[in-house]
Amino acid sequence: MSFFTEENRTLADEIIGRYPKRRSAMIPLLHVAQGQAGWVSPEAMVEIADLVDTTPAEVLGTCSFYEMFKREPVGKYLVNVCVTMSCALAGATELMEHAEERLGVRAGGTTPDGMFTLASAECQAACTEAPCLQVNYRYRYRVDADGFDQLIDELASGSLDDEIPPHGITARVRQHIPVDRAVGALPPESVDEQPVWLAAPAGNGAGAA
Amino acid sequence: MSDTTAAETAPSTVAVTIDGVAVEAQPGELVIAAAERAGVHIPRFCYHERMSSVGMCRMCLVEIDSGRGPQLQASCMVPVSPQMVVNTTSDRTQRAQEGVLEMLLINHPLDCPVCDKGGECPLQDQTMAYGPGESRFVEEKRHFQKPIPISELVHLDRERCILCDRCTRFADEIAGDPLIDFTERGNQTQVLTFPGEPFSSYFSGNTVQICPVGALTAAPYRFKARPWDLAQTESTCTTCAVGCRVAVQSSRNELVRVLGVDIDPVNHGWLCDKGRFSYGALSSPGRVTRPLQARSGARAADLAEVEPMRNFEPSDWARALDAVANAVKTARPGAIAVLGGARGTNEDAYAWSKLARTVLGTNHVDAQLGDGLPAELVVGLGTATIDDACTADTTLLLCGDLREELPVLHLRLRGAAQAGTTRLVEISPTETGLTRDAAQSERCRGGEAASVLRDLLDGDGPLSDELAAGSVVVVLGRSSVAESADAVAEVTSIVADRVPHARFLVASRRGNVRGALDMGLAPGLLPGRSLITQPAPELAAAWGELPAEPGHDAAGILAAAAAGDIDVLFLLGADPLTDFPDSVMARLGVAGARTVVAVDTFLNQSTVEADIILPAAAFGEKSGTTTNVEGRVSALSELVTPPGSSRPDWMIAAELAMLCGADLGFVSVSEVTAEIAAVCETHAGAMGSPADADGVLVSGAAFEPALPPAHVAPARDAYSLRLVCSRKLYDGGVTVAQTPALASLRAETAMRVHPVDLERIGVESGSEVEVHSERGALRLPIVADAGVGRHNAVLAFPSPELDVGALIDATATVTDVRIETRVTPEPAS
Repeated sequence: MSFFTEENRTLADEIIGRYPKRRSAMIPLLHVAQGQAGWVSPEAMVEIADLVDTTPAEVLGTCSFYEMFKREPVGKYLVNVCVTMSCALAGATELMEHAEERLGVRAGGTTPDGMFTLASAECQAACTEAPCLQVNYRYRYRVDADGFDQLIDELASGSLDDEIPPHGITARVRQHIPVDRAVGALPPESVDEQPVWLAAPAGNGAGAA
Repeated sequence: MSDTTAAETAPSTVAVTIDGVAVEAQPGELVIAAAERAGVHIPRFCYHERMSSVGMCRMCLVEIDSGRGPQLQASCMVPVSPQMVVNTTSDRTQRAQEGVLEMLLINHPLDCPVCDKGGECPLQDQTMAYGPGESRFVEEKRHFQKPIPISELVHLDRERCILCDRCTRFADEIAGDPLIDFTERGNQTQVLTFPGEPFSSYFSGNTVQICPVGALTAAPYRFKARPWDLAQTESTCTTCAVGCRVAVQSSRNELVRVLGVDIDPVNHGWLCDKGRFSYGALSSPGRVTRPLQARSGARAADLAEVEPMRNFEPSDWARALDAVANAVKTARPGAIAVLGGARGTNEDAYAWSKLARTVLGTNHVDAQLGDGLPAELVVGLGTATIDDACTADTTLLLCGDLREELPVLHLRLRGAAQAGTTRLVEISPTETGLTRDAAQSERCRGGEAASVLRDLLDGDGPLSDELAAGSVVVVLGRSSVAESADAVAEVTSIVADRVPHARFLVASRRGNVRGALDMGLAPGLLPGRSLITQPAPELAAAWGELPAEPGHDAAGILAAAAAGDIDVLFLLGADPLTDFPDSVMARLGVAGARTVVAVDTFLNQSTVEADIILPAAAFGEKSGTTTNVEGRVSALSELVTPPGSSRPDWMIAAELAMLCGADLGFVSVSEVTAEIAAVCETHAGAMGSPADADGVLVSGAAFEPALPPAHVAPARDAYSLRLVCSRKLYDGGVTVAQTPALASLRAETAMRVHPVDLERIGVESGSEVEVHSERGALRLPIVADAGVGRHNAVLAFPSPELDVGALIDATATVTDVRIETRVTPEPAS
């Protein structure tokens, strides 16, 4: 019983092959898992641990450090409404209230049809365009109540499918490096010389005044 | 301290100033360690000298001036540099320490009055010594459910945790079981296991010991005692043969805790959970605390099934010893045998060895139960130390899974492999705990490690060159009791022939087995690592005439007993029915002996069949010395009085001698120790000062062991699998069964087979099969395991529920088994 689809399993093996140590592939594989299911399930973590030769506890440790890896199912669209200063001054509180009313869930909740998860977010670095929000991390600027309703309608009708993929898909274009063109990475222990940035400039040894 | 002398004599040292005092530090040494050696204690939580530095807790901030003016830096992260000036008591340092402690205590619940750590808590102590005395934090503290069990043995209180990373670092770096990790982040950061996957490491107890706060507590010790009420003594763990140095603690005359003591040559402060928690067995209700004699017409095994004690009636020492003496006096010459003795002290072993040879007049003595290597090889061959194995260019592992057999030796070798100080090469029938860390790991069929070794040496791989060039230590042990010891011993001849400079570390498992053999508890050996054919003059003078007839080893003794040739069989803490590989022979042997006398702490499979049971004192209840796997003699201390009328084994031997009209010549344990030093040339220097924490290494033997001849590789049967009976730490033995904290950790027994073999037989993993050998049959579940070598079938021995020994013929070289998928119905009884 495996979590990854056959296609993603092949992809996982390719990703693992890029690194001198399997463990290095942990975060990329968490992305693949979230891309496949929209969230990172315990089963996915167990399978990733197996693939990168570590324990599920270490995968959980890494996964839980990153807020954008979701360990509970979220809707197809994760709507992050910015509630930090600039947006708050420009009406984010009202926007959030409207969003809650429109979607019928409180911030943090998911609509019963599994389409939308509404969440409040810290500053998204678009203060000049306040109030702003993100849908699956794609920006929408200067959103008012009407704009929000229109956005939800469009998302629900599927007319934005080209622009906004379901939650978990980071990008639709995946970089693919054929094996014969991969630069290859040496395992750290087989690199003898010191990296250039660590070499001390002449005359500046330890103990020099 | 060896470190200090090294610093003084090393050609290059680094001159630094710590608190105004000039200190010669070693190059690369951390400031916190250099200060420690110079007598300046810098407070710390996360720093631990046996693990890598991480600078997590910031408690060790001190002012360090490396030429750019004094700056606050974490002294556990900064190596010394020339002319460095360190100030650990400046105002800025003190302000920093106060700030760090105030910060660490923000979310700490300060529940010291109900915390097990209270009284020995670094957080508590350092808060008193370096803290600000008050907090500005008036908000609600963070709350977690407390405590949560993260394994059967360890409880975690996340509120108390200061996130020092010691336990998680230990689990990852030292134990290699990263089953706990930091999860979440920021204010919510917490140590956790993966849901449903507990911290089931054999070394989990160490995290409790190194936790600098009360976040991790050991289930068996929780709320048992207060640190200031504990009595403590230093001793040596005898659970296995590694001989870890321990601090034993008691409260109200009951052992309540065992802690690791850091000594360089052996355990580096670590313990396995079996060593740490098996003290619980000593106060278990199953303990035999007074002499017992079988009810007339007893030895009724059917009664024993229900209530073993009902086979016996309480006796007293006078009557019980009288009965033993009568049995001895009426025994035919050469019809007395002594099995066991590996669980006691050197003094116990010496006393019984002397009793057997000089009073009982027999050479039928064996401390090993057919599950070790030939005694002459163990005693004569083993010259390498644990340190040697950790620093040799190549360490060749030809032994069982050390994680299961000698756990702390496993830790030491794993650490050495990770640090790159040695290169591990392993030949084993199945993957072991060290496989991941081995530079080369080869699978062999059970009993055929020798031929794989020969192939490797003959091949054009790099191994033969490396073995020829550098230093080599061979860790030699019995990877399976389903194959004869000869099959293992054969590799000694190959090594002697091809890698003559290799040294051996003989990985015998059981408690003080090395000491027992050193004291002559083997048919061919005498105390002082000498052969029975060449007694040392001192020994000959002290012991007088020795029995002429050569003795039987364990297998010989049991066979003789089965044939009715043994009148009195002494079981010295021995359980042949569980531990002797061939359980059919063991059962016949124990049943066939006219009188069975057990000197033991518990009723076990074998002692329930005994006629007389003499209660023995156990670990922590007697003093003396013990000898570890490398031949290191160290002291055991008595902390609590033995329960009931239990006595140490040596005393029982002395009294029995008295009743038989002889005098062993000692009335106290120190007299036995002194006699060992007097009659054993090898031990003369060791017995005088075994109280040193490091113990004293006894090296060399009085003889060169004869190497066994090359044996003929057994024919392979294409339809059979080779049975491999490997060890588990939590096994079917009596110690684990009687330790409440460990008994539930024993795994269910399943046969493990390579998936390809399983497919070939046409069996689903997890299904129940019938396993047939020449000797017998067993019904058990079978599972696929890619770690098992092809053509092998691995079973744990001894196993809690299954009589695995029923499959094994001790006289055969190897045991082949057939797997029957059609399970025959149980015969109707």
